[in-house]
Amino acid sequence: MSGQDLLLPLLTKLNALAGGVFLISAFGLVGIRQMLTCLRIYVFQSLLLAISAVILGYHHASIHLFVVAALTILTKVIIIPWVLRQAVGYESYAKREISQAINIPTSLLLAVAITIFAYYIAGPLLDAIGAGVFEKVNLPIGMASLLIGAYTVTVRGEAVPQLLGILAMENGAFFAGISIAPNLPLIAELAAAFYVLIIVLVVGLLAMKIHKTIAKTAVGEMMALREE
Amino acid sequence: MTDKIVFNVIQVIVVMAFAPLIKGIGTRLKENVQSKRGPSILQPYRDIWKLFHKDEVVSEHSSWIFRFTPYVVFVTPIFVALLIPVLTGYPLFFAFMGDMLGGGFILALGGFFATLAAIDTGNPYGPMGASRTRMVGFLAEPVFMIVFFTVSFVAGSTIPYIVQKHWVTPLANLFQPSHILMMLAFLMLIIAESGRIPVDNPTGHFELAMIDESKGLEYSGTGAALMKWGGAMKFFVLCCIFLNVLVAPWGLAQGVQYWEVLLAVPLILIKISIFVLVLVAIESSLAKLRLFRITEFLGAAFATSVAAMITDLFLM
Repeated sequence: MSGQDLLLPLLTKLNALAGGVFLISAFGLVGIRQMLTCLRIYVFQSLLLAISAVILGYHHASIHLFVVAALTILTKVIIIPWVLRQAVGYESYAKREISQAINIPTSLLLAVAITIFAYYIAGPLLDAIGAGVFEKVNLPIGMASLLIGAYTVTVRGEAVPQLLGILAMENGAFFAGISIAPNLPLIAELAAAFYVLIIVLVVGLLAMKIHKTIAKTAVGEMMALREE
Repeated sequence: MTDKIVFNVIQVIVVMAFAPLIKGIGTRLKENVQSKRGPSILQPYRDIWKLFHKDEVVSEHSSWIFRFTPYVVFVTPIFVALLIPVLTGYPLFFAFMGDMLGGGFILALGGFFATLAAIDTGNPYGPMGASRTRMVGFLAEPVFMIVFFTVSFVAGSTIPYIVQKHWVTPLANLFQPSHILMMLAFLMLIIAESGRIPVDNPTGHFELAMIDESKGLEYSGTGAALMKWGGAMKFFVLCCIFLNVLVAPWGLAQGVQYWEVLLAVPLILIKISIFVLVLVAIESSLAKLRLFRITEFLGAAFATSVAAMITDLFLM
């Protein structure tokens, strides 16, 4: 029992650390200009999601969360980056300046404001469910990542970073979800994992098609309809 | 009581004596990474020695500020060295005079006078570098503030001796997200404040691209020596605050015996050398940012420090 007493604070802190770095990588998806680095940050964020799932799974003794961690690593760390690299050509990734509707310092400040907003709306929710230490970390950070992902989709002017924004939203939803519903049915996890894969495939193919037609993936410049 | 005064004096002497050494180690390692042999690690001592023996030339159009500044730049890090834990884990005789915020203000005073002196001579490059330094400075200021507020919020104090105990009792506190993120933000601050590569190139000799260096261009002889020495000491003191208070509060003397305090000297030098190694790795793997990208770098530092603050809100 004394081993348990020692372990719990450490697990709490490690989970909170994973949460903090998770939040920073969400900021990174907004604030970094290089496309390849964005993709790497997404992979890193997914890895942190898996780590948090393992910690929570150990704490709740829940096999489902270990399955979530395994699925996350399989799909988001291995398959999705591979698919995205195949779908969009190298010259898009070599690009070091992603066009952006709002400049980066302002975006970062807005992301900070979004995070504070997420904490603000998560507060009453946490009180209502009588949250423990893990929920207090995961729920607000997951919500913040979800909202920052949505913000990324709106400001980025390139296909792949926009897709990464959608994926960051999904990561955030999962990060919040694993703490408040540790015993999610396996079928839901499998379905979510495959939906994400399908989204990536569809958007990747679309981006490849755009790239073939106009030789770049800057969807922000595609403003007018045109007859071929 | 006399012991504590003596230890305090030893602390100041250590800062004065070893600051150029740390600078030399950094320069040497950076050259080694670029497959060059590099200057000896004792070169900063020789430079300072040489400059002290040279004639000083002061423009007749400059005011007292220009002549006064090297002394301010030289003395401010010494004052900070009286306040912070360099060698001992317990407060020394003068430590009651200020907390970390006080140390920050004293260091800022030196920066303020260096800026004024750069404008004073009317050399075209001086004011340019000075205004750029101010730009970096005012972007760094909010990060400094948030970091200090987070420290006082998490550790319940801004006295460095209390803060450093908080991180290791219990050891799980070391992995607190606010601690790690704050370390990250403070590291970015040190890079910006000491003019390291993503922000400024300390070894560059092209005046138009200089930020920090161009402030000292007008000095010669004793003034230049004091500016150089003061700059090295400022970096040493910042490293001590970062390492002893925020990152690794180990290796400090806990007892009041002389041998314990003297044993802490090589330990702090080893710690700072390891930190310099990390800095060299950062400097060698990144390119210098364009001037208007510095806002992005410090914006990222600000976001990190705010994240450090709010990830702790609900854990309290």
